[in-house]
Amino acid sequence: MPSAEELKTRIEQALPGADVSVTDTTGGGDHFRAEIVSERFEGLTRIQQHRLIYDVFGDEVGRAIHALSIKTGTPSPAGDGR
Amino acid sequence: MTNDEIRSFIENAIKENRVMLFMKGTPQQPACGFSMRTSGALNALSVKYAALDILPDPRIREELSGLSGWPTIPQLFVDGELVGGSDIVMEMFESGELAELLGAEQPDLADEPAPEPEQPVQQRPIGLENRLS
Repeated sequence: MPSAEELKTRIEQALPGADVSVTDTTGGGDHFRAEIVSERFEGLTRIQQHRLIYDVFGDEVGRAIHALSIKTGTPSPAGDGR
Repeated sequence: MTNDEIRSFIENAIKENRVMLFMKGTPQQPACGFSMRTSGALNALSVKYAALDILPDPRIREELSGLSGWPTIPQLFVDGELVGGSDIVMEMFESGELAELLGAEQPDLADEPAPEPEQPVQQRPIGLENRLS
């Protein structure tokens, strides 16, 4: 069963330099909320940003990771989906 | 019903309905909090949309995710394009982008940032469930 810390580490490895926080929303090890701020999101649509995160976990989303709620942002103040 | 038939049913549903929501449960009886919030946002905007419950057959979800490349449910399509899952839809709802995209009026969110589901204005029955047996 994945832990919030493990998810955080894997996102950080996939997006070096990203500011990542992951919480286990139910404490059950299968519902997570991830907030990620990364320069990699610059110029991407929200769909593309979320796909980058889903891609880190592949088939695990919907299986071992029952639910993964994602909020993405860019470091620039106005940055959101630009 | 074969997997190919399910997939073409899904493709047609996306093509034929300008606002098409795939969810767990129905707008009247959502079976998951994420699906409830997403259909609730559409209800709050009083837009017409079609909804399909993916739960009756696991192959619906497999084919849908294969088609969209999106792993989670719900999935909202507008004009044939995937808009997102519940996180993106709720962000867009709160920012007013969803109302803009759908040509709807943004409700006053001062009191109610996360709307409870209401009866949708119109839910076109799709009836995939009846064709799966």
